[in-house]
Amino acid sequence: MAYTYRPYPHSPIGKLQTKKQHHPVVIVGAGPVGLALAIDLASRNIVSLVLDENNVVSVGSRAICWAKRTLEIFDRLGVGERMLAKGITWKIGRQFHGDQELFSFDLLPETGHKYPAFINLQQYYVEQYLIERTRDFPELIEIRFKHEVINHIDHGDHVGVSVSTPEGRYSLNADWYIACDGAGSTSRERMGLGFTGKPFEEKFLIADIEMETSPFGSEAIAERWFWFDPTFHAGKSALFHMQPDNIYRIDLQLDATVTAQAEKVQDFALSRIRAIVGEAQFRLDWSSIYRFRCARLDNFVHGRVVFAGDSAHIVSPFGARGGNGGIQDADNLGWKLAAVINGQASSRLIETYHDERSAAADENIQASSRTTNFMTPKSAIESLFRSETLKLAVDQPFARTLLNSGRLSVPFVMRNSSLQTLRDAGKMLGSAAVDLPLAGDGTADKGWLIEQLQGLFVLVGFGAVELPQVAGVRRIGINQNGGDVSFCAEDQVVRQRYGINIAYLFRPDGHICAAFESPTVAAVTAARDYALTKHR
Amino acid sequence: MSRVYEDRMSPRQDEFFEALIAAHDGLSESESHALNARIILLLANVVQDIDQIKEVLKVARSYSAS
Ligand SMILES: Cc1cc2nc3c(=O)[nH]c(=O)nc-3n(C[C@H](O)[C@H](O)[C@H](O)COP(=O)(O)OP(=O)(O)OC[C@H]3O[C@@H](n4cnc5c(N)ncnc54)[C@H](O)[C@@H]3O)c2cc1C
Repeated sequence: MAYTYRPYPHSPIGKLQTKKQHHPVVIVGAGPVGLALAIDLASRNIVSLVLDENNVVSVGSRAICWAKRTLEIFDRLGVGERMLAKGITWKIGRQFHGDQELFSFDLLPETGHKYPAFINLQQYYVEQYLIERTRDFPELIEIRFKHEVINHIDHGDHVGVSVSTPEGRYSLNADWYIACDGAGSTSRERMGLGFTGKPFEEKFLIADIEMETSPFGSEAIAERWFWFDPTFHAGKSALFHMQPDNIYRIDLQLDATVTAQAEKVQDFALSRIRAIVGEAQFRLDWSSIYRFRCARLDNFVHGRVVFAGDSAHIVSPFGARGGNGGIQDADNLGWKLAAVINGQASSRLIETYHDERSAAADENIQASSRTTNFMTPKSAIESLFRSETLKLAVDQPFARTLLNSGRLSVPFVMRNSSLQTLRDAGKMLGSAAVDLPLAGDGTADKGWLIEQLQGLFVLVGFGAVELPQVAGVRRIGINQNGGDVSFCAEDQVVRQRYGINIAYLFRPDGHICAAFESPTVAAVTAARDYALTKHR
Repeated sequence: MSRVYEDRMSPRQDEFFEALIAAHDGLSESESHALNARIILLLANVVQDIDQIKEVLKVARSYSAS
């Protein structure tokens, strides 16, 4: 069933031209990143205005693979469960060479997590659900559709913004200008900021088809299937994913010479898909030809202008790191912006957003570039190494690990973050919360750890460790009675995921910033203040 | 049946492959061929154990068509 695009009504210009308004936060772009940020801020009681030049959700499915960490962030934003219910859950990747299956891998072999390794859900649904969620905060989030930002100037103490609408132009002032305006960011262009990186020669055909039955067999298989040199598309690679609504995504590698003329894309896609599905009935839902590149801004923060999502960094899509990386940007930026706006921290905290997320972008770019290179050998010798690796991969485990069809998005570990207090138990420092099934024990109902510790600074004690009371820090006891709430969890799982008789301080984005064997009021306060850059 | 080697390069296998390809950057096919020969000779010396090396040669050969 094709998705029905329902244009959102454009926001009337009203008195905007005559009375200049001042906004604490203006978010440019209502893509997944801008919307997630607006909801994150609203959850912290921060008002934001979202401006988008368009009035429909993503045209074409674009991002379809949403990773566990993203879903956990969406859970905090109040849309995770809805996405999980609609999306196709998967965790198995299957690797083929020609017609032969070489091996498969399991991205989440253990149980005991609220969210799966991945769901497939078209970007238009993700945006729709996010937009609908913003409606729960009518006092805090205003979205204006068909309001295009055409200029912005950073005046030091505020940013002046010019907006064009179908009814005319107006301008407004903002304390913070968050550019979530996508890969072609005009905010970036206006500021003359370099967006340096690496383009790849090869083109890829991305097509969504609707079919009653799976194009790759009689059963609908919710897995990621990847072919090197498939018989149906000789000499190239192919990727296959299942989406909700009987829609299947097919990515085909093309020659660099294929022309991407809009009118020919459909015919081309139809002929390629016919070659794959044979006589079966299908409907072409969406197709596009892309040339991918990897690039990022040198700096994500320029005074009162902050870049997040594709405007700050782009990657080729084979590790699903674009959208997933962007949501982690919003997750990182939201609490910091709120802390600065509420006067709990100086703008130095915003600079750490650049430090942490540009390091994440580098990791994503490195992984995506390696994959794209592996998929598109540039020289005879490169092709040779790849084909011999494929040969060995039939039975040699080491060769299987070398086959690179995508290193799928994993949460970034902020190993070198300046917000960390180096204390006991360094192992988990900087990593995002790992989920844990919780059983209630009287003070609280059962549930999941990730539902408990996101949004605020939270001190979680696992086993025998005393949790001191610190203003503004929520305390959770696991397998102990201390804390503001306490839960029981399976001892073995606790030991394996966190260790025992230890307390961790989680930042409001769920990343660990300190660990203690015997936390004191002074130590926890200091670690919390350190994570707010109060010492600088 | 040839011997199956356990994976010992993860999680840095992609870094290895990238470096290997980069080492060949800009070389002609025959120069690459020569580089491969030098790499094998050097690696053999690093591995040192001649019996192990002989086994690797046998395993590698077993994937050839003839
Ligand atoms: C084929 C393909 C497959 C992909 N697959 C995946 C995947 O499986 N998983 C994944 O995580 N990612 C994937 N991605 C990447 C993902 O789509 C992007 O990373 C994601 O859309 C970035 O979100 P964003 O909010 O930063 O930008 P966008 O989604 O591009 O949103 C930008 C918004 O800004 C608005 N805008 C632009 N300029 C202005 C202006 N001047 N004034 C007002 N508004 C403006 C636009 O209308 C738009 O709504 C894929 C991308 C492609 C192309």
